Amino acid sequence: MMQEEVNEATSVLSVYGHTVKVTEVSQDGDTLTFIIVSQKLSGTGEYHVDRTYDDFEWLQQHLFAQEDVPGIQGVIFPPLPARPQVNASAKAMKQLGFLGLGEWQPYCKALETFLRQVAAHSILSKNKAVEVFLTSTEPPGRQKVRRNIFNRLSQAVEEMRKEGHKDVDEFFQTERDHNLVLTGHTRMAGEKFLDVVLTEQKIAVACGHFAAALHLCIENGEDPEKRAFSRVCVKLSEVFDSIKKNMMSVAVNDMNTLGLGLDLDSRYQEAEKEMLFRRICKLVELENARKNAEKAKPVKKNAMEEVKKAAEGEFEQICKVAKQEIAHLSQDRVGMVQKCLTQWCEQQLQTAKEGADVFNQHLQAFKAMA
Amino acid sequence: MATSSERSPPPFPDSEDQDALDSEEVRGRESDEDDGEELFLSATNTPMAKEESPSAPAGLLVDLLSDPLIEPLSSSMNKPSSELFEGLTNDTAVTAGKPSVEASDEFVDILGSEAAAQREEVDVTVEAAAGDKGGTSRGATDLLADGETRSAPEQEATSAAPVMDLGGLQQPPASAKVTDPLEDLLSDPPATAASDAHKPGGAVVDLFDDEGSDIFTGAPSSKPAKQPQKSLFGEADEDLFGEPLGAVSKKATSKEQKEKSAPASAGEPAHIFTEEAVGTVPNARPVSSKTNGIPPEEDSDIFAEATVELSLDSPRSERRKEATTKPPASASTSVSAAASLTKPQSAAVEELEEEEEEELEDKFDIYVSVKDPEKIGDGMNAYMAYKVSTQTSLPMFRSKTFTVRRRFSDFLGLYEKLSEKHGPNGLIVPPPPEKNLLGMTKMKVGKEDSSSADFLERRRGALERYLQRVVTHPMLLQDPDVREFLEKEELPRAVSTQALSGAGFLKMLTKATDAVSKMTIKMNESDVWFEEKLQEVESADQQFRKLHALVESLVVHRKELSLNTASFAKSAAMLGSAEDNTALSRALSQLAEVEDKMEQLHQDQAANDTFSFAEMIADFIRLLGAVRGTFDQRMKAWQRWQDAQAMLQKKRELEAKLLWANKPDKLQLAKEEIAEWEAKVTQYERDFERVSATVRKEVVRFEKEKTKNFKRQIIVYLESLLQSQQQLIKYWEAFLPEAKAIA
Repeated sequence: MMQEEVNEATSVLSVYGHTVKVTEVSQDGDTLTFIIVSQKLSGTGEYHVDRTYDDFEWLQQHLFAQEDVPGIQGVIFPPLPARPQVNASAKAMKQLGFLGLGEWQPYCKALETFLRQVAAHSILSKNKAVEVFLTSTEPPGRQKVRRNIFNRLSQAVEEMRKEGHKDVDEFFQTERDHNLVLTGHTRMAGEKFLDVVLTEQKIAVACGHFAAALHLCIENGEDPEKRAFSRVCVKLSEVFDSIKKNMMSVAVNDMNTLGLGLDLDSRYQEAEKEMLFRRICKLVELENARKNAEKAKPVKKNAMEEVKKAAEGEFEQICKVAKQEIAHLSQDRVGMVQKCLTQWCEQQLQTAKEGADVFNQHLQAFKAMA
Repeated sequence: MATSSERSPPPFPDSEDQDALDSEEVRGRESDEDDGEELFLSATNTPMAKEESPSAPAGLLVDLLSDPLIEPLSSSMNKPSSELFEGLTNDTAVTAGKPSVEASDEFVDILGSEAAAQREEVDVTVEAAAGDKGGTSRGATDLLADGETRSAPEQEATSAAPVMDLGGLQQPPASAKVTDPLEDLLSDPPATAASDAHKPGGAVVDLFDDEGSDIFTGAPSSKPAKQPQKSLFGEADEDLFGEPLGAVSKKATSKEQKEKSAPASAGEPAHIFTEEAVGTVPNARPVSSKTNGIPPEEDSDIFAEATVELSLDSPRSERRKEATTKPPASASTSVSAAASLTKPQSAAVEELEEEEEEELEDKFDIYVSVKDPEKIGDGMNAYMAYKVSTQTSLPMFRSKTFTVRRRFSDFLGLYEKLSEKHGPNGLIVPPPPEKNLLGMTKMKVGKEDSSSADFLERRRGALERYLQRVVTHPMLLQDPDVREFLEKEELPRAVSTQALSGAGFLKMLTKATDAVSKMTIKMNESDVWFEEKLQEVESADQQFRKLHALVESLVVHRKELSLNTASFAKSAAMLGSAEDNTALSRALSQLAEVEDKMEQLHQDQAANDTFSFAEMIADFIRLLGAVRGTFDQRMKAWQRWQDAQAMLQKKRELEAKLLWANKPDKLQLAKEEIAEWEAKVTQYERDFERVSATVRKEVVRFEKEKTKNFKRQIIVYLESLLQSQQQLIKYWEAFLPEAKAIA
């Protein structure tokens, strides 16, 4: 979805990034295994690999750990969905949000998006790990990997303080403020929308129960009055079955379009926030280096200056990459939201029309009966 | 019109279930003849009043007379003839006797043969004769036909049931107390008849029994207000009965001849009375929808209405008053011509009615709405008053539209009155919504939240449907209390509605149910239909309760969806305002608006679920309770009958003991007691059968209503569902270009 324009020339991948698909998920005990299919650049063949969440984490760690790439900390890393909880409590599932719904289908969709984002990213796709992940028959990440500092924001008090650190750059200060607001609102909207979808599912289930219970009212026998009533019950049961199906597809539409969109947007906002935080950390580091260089005794002065220069260079690199990434993101984000809103609207329109058709048929049937 | 034509037939189809014997024609005539009887009885009162002074009240004579009479004819014949005869002596005894000789011959013949086919034939000839002959004689022959048809169906045990139906229906609910003295009075003649009949034996006796008692229990009891006249009637009747028939008994050789002339001549005046009654009814009739006040040109119409009318317990009081105030003398002659014309037409009309019966069902032109709940007073004394508006073209009401204010307890009071009056007869009286202490307390405290608004709307709807059910019940509509409730400006405050409050009400229902199921075990139900129905009702109750719970949870989810949609709309709006991309920001604001509209749609849908299904199902759960109540009433009637039978058995044993002990002084008393209890047993058995028939009819009606109601509600539901879906389509169609315009 995001940054999907694949730069073929510089691509080091042997597959088309935008063809990556997570086609299947299978459950073995507590482990989910995903089948990932991608088209080979050469010819018409496809790679089929099976990956677990551990493999995804392995990939992410490798992406984070590319310390040799200049300005890597300015990259907004495509957000990997949270670890799927098999047979988890309702609360744990709730934390997965939309991704916890519907038999892992949305989750696969989110993984697929993640992989496509990585494959389409001009810096990240160059990493060998991506190629390995997409093509190697051997699952790469089954051994435990070391935890990188980028892995999670360990929000210690000190770090939190850094988050409020005054920026030297107006652009970043604005972006940080904006990101803060947007992150909150996006998350909130996603949660509210999730509530809507969950309720829609409940309604669908309730309609199903009602339709089933109506079948209990059917009486056998020759009595015409009983038969008339039974017929009404059967028809009404069909009506509620239709309502159920309609509601189900409304919920599925919500989930697959706007739901996933809001989820992705929310995770991207978080990813941007993390990047901005990493930059701030670097800024604080730089400022400390400057102070140290100023205060440094002549003996250490040169060494300090060296550190300062290196930090300055690094920071500049990060800022440069970050600016690009932010520009990219804000543009892609609009495209993504637009796309999911449009799809959502189209699908709901379709469902509503189908529903109206079916309801009308039922109505006519009842009018014919009466 | 719709009212009347719809009403009369139901009892017959029911009885048909049981016997499946009566042909359509017989049924039609039966109802004819029944009216005649009732009218006759009411009409006779006035002439009898005249006779009162000369005639010596000689109730004992009956006993004496009946003995000799048994031989020549079935006693059933004696009964009507004696009544009829009374009228004859009043008016045109001689003139009527002569022209009707020819017809009377046949009449007697048929009585002897008891053949249904012949009966029909005679009817034809008699009617033909009626056409030829002038005023009085026409009436006479007609009446002959009447008398003939009357006795003929009697001879079929089966036809007794329908007749009894009518009797049951005619029983006015208001007369509960008044009829008590009447019952004593009334039970006498059938009782004596029954005991008399023992001697000749045979099928005729039973028939007679039924018929005679029917006349006395059914028709007369529908005129409780006339109690004093009733006694006159009783005296006069017996007295007259005694005189001429006593003569018959003396002239053993010319019995037949005498018989002939007696009923024949008797027929004439009796018919006149019928006519008189028919003639007066249309004018006095408060219920007849269109024909009220229309002159007798529309005879057939009027007649039909009157017929039906009379088979119900409709507006007796009014009609009675007017009928009695009418100068009876003039009526006897002047109306006869008009009424005799109505006779032949009536058959055709009734056939039509039967055909139309289905379609006409429930097409009462009356709509009751309950609106504008308004809190009156403050604090814990506060109560809700509702506007009850009625729209109708039925002439029983003073105007076409009227509105009154009623408080909730008035609705409950109406129910109490109705169920007290009609419940014991086996009618399903629609129950009102239960008292809701929590909801009301909230109201009183003045806490106005969405749940109290919901409560008010639910109750308003329930009250409206309750009233609409009452007024579409053909018999309840006729109840003066219903009319008073709808029309009267001020209603006396209902006091004893406490029992109906909330849990108490439910408890009452369950108690009744328990009683029923317990009794059923004891009763060893002989009627499979009732056994099956009770089971059906009970399983339907469970199913409906389940459905109700499911719909209620669906409604809860819908409301939740509405709330969640609203908060998503808010979030979307905030997200939109935080967004710095203008196109995206705009689209998100639009999205928020769409979601706001959807919130309304979901809310409407919740209301649709509530009012189309949840409330309808709740209504039916309440109604099922009422249905079970009628089973209970039937069981009570059965219990009463059984108790009386046990008592009779005891009395007989006592008699046997006394006989053995040879105590003649006490024996006489014992014999009297036996007679008394035999009468009671007969009476209670009839009551039980009447209640059974009514319950059956009511249950069938209820089931019809149920299906119809469901269909109607489903259509309403689907229409609103479709509408909201179309609205949804509009919203999406409007939003789509906004979404596309973002980039």
